[in-house]
Amino acid sequence: MDVLLLSRLQFAFTTFVHFIFVPLTLGLSLLVAYMETKWLRTGEEVYKRMAKFWGKLFLINFALGVVTGIALEFQFGTNWSRYSAYVGDIFGSLLAIEATLAFFLESTFLAVWIFGWNRIPPKLHNASIWLVALAANLSAFWILMANGWMQNPTGFVLRGDRAELESFMALVTNPFAWGQFLHTLFAAYVLSGFFVLGISAWHLARGSNVDFFKRSFRIAAPFTLVFAVALVIQGHSHGASVAKYQPAKLAAMESHWETMARAPQYLFVIPDPANERNLVELLPVPGGLSMLAYHSFDAEVQGLRDFPKEDRPPVTLTFVSFRTMVGLGFLLPALAAWVWIRRKTPEDSPRLLRILPWVIPLPYIAIQLGWIVAEVGRQPWIVHGIMRTEDAVSAGISVGQVGFSLAMFTLIYGLLVAVDVYLLMHHGRKGPKSSVKGDDTRDADAVGMRPASTMA
Amino acid sequence: MMLETTWFVLWGVLWAMYFALDGYDLGLGTLMPVLAKDERDRRIMYNAAGPFWDGNQVWLITAGGVTFAAFPATYAALFSGLYTALMLLLFALILRGVSFEFRRKVDSEAWRKVWDVCHVAGSFLPALLLGVAFANIFMGIPLNAQGINEGGLLDLLNPYGLAGGVLFVLMFSLHGALWLGVKAQGPIADRAAAMAEKLWMALMVMVVLFLALTAVFTQLFVNYLNNPVLFAILLLPVAGLIQARLALGRRAMVKAWAASAVAIIGVTLFGVIGLFPALLPSSLDPAYSMTIANSASSPKTLKIMLGVALVFVPLVIAYQSWLHVTFGHKITDADLEYEEAY
Ligand code: HDD
Ligand code: HEM
Ligand code: HEM
Repeated sequence: MDVLLLSRLQFAFTTFVHFIFVPLTLGLSLLVAYMETKWLRTGEEVYKRMAKFWGKLFLINFALGVVTGIALEFQFGTNWSRYSAYVGDIFGSLLAIEATLAFFLESTFLAVWIFGWNRIPPKLHNASIWLVALAANLSAFWILMANGWMQNPTGFVLRGDRAELESFMALVTNPFAWGQFLHTLFAAYVLSGFFVLGISAWHLARGSNVDFFKRSFRIAAPFTLVFAVALVIQGHSHGASVAKYQPAKLAAMESHWETMARAPQYLFVIPDPANERNLVELLPVPGGLSMLAYHSFDAEVQGLRDFPKEDRPPVTLTFVSFRTMVGLGFLLPALAAWVWIRRKTPEDSPRLLRILPWVIPLPYIAIQLGWIVAEVGRQPWIVHGIMRTEDAVSAGISVGQVGFSLAMFTLIYGLLVAVDVYLLMHHGRKGPKSSVKGDDTRDADAVGMRPASTMA
Repeated sequence: MMLETTWFVLWGVLWAMYFALDGYDLGLGTLMPVLAKDERDRRIMYNAAGPFWDGNQVWLITAGGVTFAAFPATYAALFSGLYTALMLLLFALILRGVSFEFRRKVDSEAWRKVWDVCHVAGSFLPALLLGVAFANIFMGIPLNAQGINEGGLLDLLNPYGLAGGVLFVLMFSLHGALWLGVKAQGPIADRAAAMAEKLWMALMVMVVLFLALTAVFTQLFVNYLNNPVLFAILLLPVAGLIQARLALGRRAMVKAWAASAVAIIGVTLFGVIGLFPALLPSSLDPAYSMTIANSASSPKTLKIMLGVALVFVPLVIAYQSWLHVTFGHKITDADLEYEEAY
């Protein structure tokens, strides 16, 4: 165990945990904002209860997104100090802009939304959750421009012992980073859609709060379908972008060893990196890989053997993660289409209702796998082609220090994630406060609180 | 050097803003075992911080992010150099952050106890650690030629560092007690005001002691002696503290709290100006210090960031002020029964 390995484990672990919570924040904030707007438009009480119920789940999730995020920002300095000194000019400024433009807005207006139900005019209250949604998505933009720069560095010059900013425009128009941004957003929306569908289906299957959950279901159905389809299309063009900017990663994603024109796409492969080949290759689609990567059956696709050994990413992990993500990428739109067909009468399809709660974890898995593809596939580089991960780790910290922090992260995050998942399931199952439509006094629930309408 | 100097000042201002804002909610958490007699009192204290703590904490993220963006080499040396102290700060802030959201979500006495402990420890430790860290920055840490801290965690706990820790705990606690005076009414508000009077005395003693120790342990006064007009900055903490005590005497809590915020900003700026042009002095050799000259980003980055900061920081201050006004009212029964209350 050395400082490098421990720091990588710690960074990977803490980002994964952060990213359990981030996607639901990105998508559910939009859905909750929409529900509240619908309440204002129609005056139907059920939409207000919807905003409150889904809003509560949003808040439970949000709490962990916030606290795990701070850990990431600290770690660039604590564990990757040589990286920070090398690229702070560019990367640091994107992080600082994210905090100034997005995090302040998000945290402030979320507080307004939570505490403002009876204190500020309804329109302003609704505007505040739209601002939260905007800020969350804005924060994703800046952080992904930062990560995208590590994937495809643009707009800089190397001067002395560091990278210096040359063109800010080039940073924010980085095509690869935009691909990541859209892909991550769409994925987050799909995840949030299936989250709402899964919980709604669970209740519908039990006949509880039928009207409430049918309407939630109907709101989530088109949202999920649109983004599930968009995700596949956009994901495909993102793959082409990987081929263009990071050919070694593409080769690892496909476990493609031999440079060739008219490269086939095998539907079933077992990689054998030790011998630089595949153990099994079945069901070839001739020219398929060339087509997918370069939009031409005859294009040449570089194989891993063309790259020096020390420049190749880990193949098996990248490959398996990519295959599984893409598999889920085809499954999810199919499910979303089924949902959409049944959007008006979900209760007539008990099979669908039984399946949907079990679908909730799938987009979570796909998202984590996607990050493995992006991050492990980028190795051995921390900044693609410019700086290696092994040169990025802090000098002057000890195995004892990082071992201690990693152990603490494991302990604390383990407990917090368990508590959070428990709370989400508990409050998700409990359902909204009252199933009586239009009756605000019944809003007050078993916890023994007075109704909202008698306060203010 | 103009640009770097501007950023140096902004860097100090961001930390000062962070202390002046998160200071009061960390102080509230620290005082909870002393001021809260029952569950109702505790809930009043949680809700006094409720709408604000997350927004306040973002100032820390921003101050850290700006250190990264404007002075990357300082960020690298500082964060890796203080590794374990920062990790402890982080764990404390994590536990405090979730305690707000978690404690009311399960109806059980034992459950609430757990999160109360996390909340108190998670508020006290950051106050202490930030004080220890900043005192050590004022004094300088043993940075070598590679920008690596040769000292360990225990070296931070020297007398001056500890004095800084105590100073911060007192400063934040006073600030928190005053904010509780703003938000609470009835017996707990009276207790908060009485506690604030005691804390004020203790803080005065500590400030004097800390200034004396500063003259002994640090080079901070050199800038001031070379340029005596700078001593004017000391007017901020002095006037702030006096005004805080006068207003407290009249139980004008909003004024007292605002004055205490000015005092905190003054104390921070006093230290930061003394550091100039270093951000992180080396106690081994001044040549190894991290300064605005050897650790700043390129002029291009500094210019772009300056544009962003000049537009958005005032905007943030504007909407956060609005937040404090909108939710600055006294907590009532209705507020505690509000379903989203902590
Ligand atoms: C802003 C930059 C950034 C962003 C948005 C992400 N990462 Fe990352 N990631 C890094 C910056 C980075 C890094 C600093 O470049 C690391 C640290 C060590 C390394 O090898 O690269 C890294 C490593 C790293 C590794 C370890 C790879 C290895 O060591 O082989 C994994 C598994 C992830 N990341 C996963 C994620 C996930 C799940 C993210 C979603 C939030 C994520 N990354 C976002
Ligand atoms: C490794 C890089 C990352 C760093 C340093 C980072 C940093 C942070 C920080 C400091 C916070 C807390 C803000 C607060 O207190 O309100 C946060 C929250 C957040 N981050 Fe990240 N983050 C990273 C990755 C990402 C990615 C890739 C995304 C989106 C695609 C993202 C989206 C968010 C969102 C939406 C929040 C708001 C709170 C929540 O998650 O529920 N982050 N992040
Ligand atoms: C057929 C479907 C899909 C294709 C072709 C596809 C393609 C890709 C590619 C090529 C990458 C690597 C990008 C890089 O190296 O930076 C990637 C990453 C990623 N994928 Fe997918 N994907 C698909 C489905 C999904 C699904 C269903 C999800 C989640 C619900 C998902 C979530 C992610 C995430 C979070 C990343 C990392 C962020 C990024 O680099 O954009 N993807 N995807």
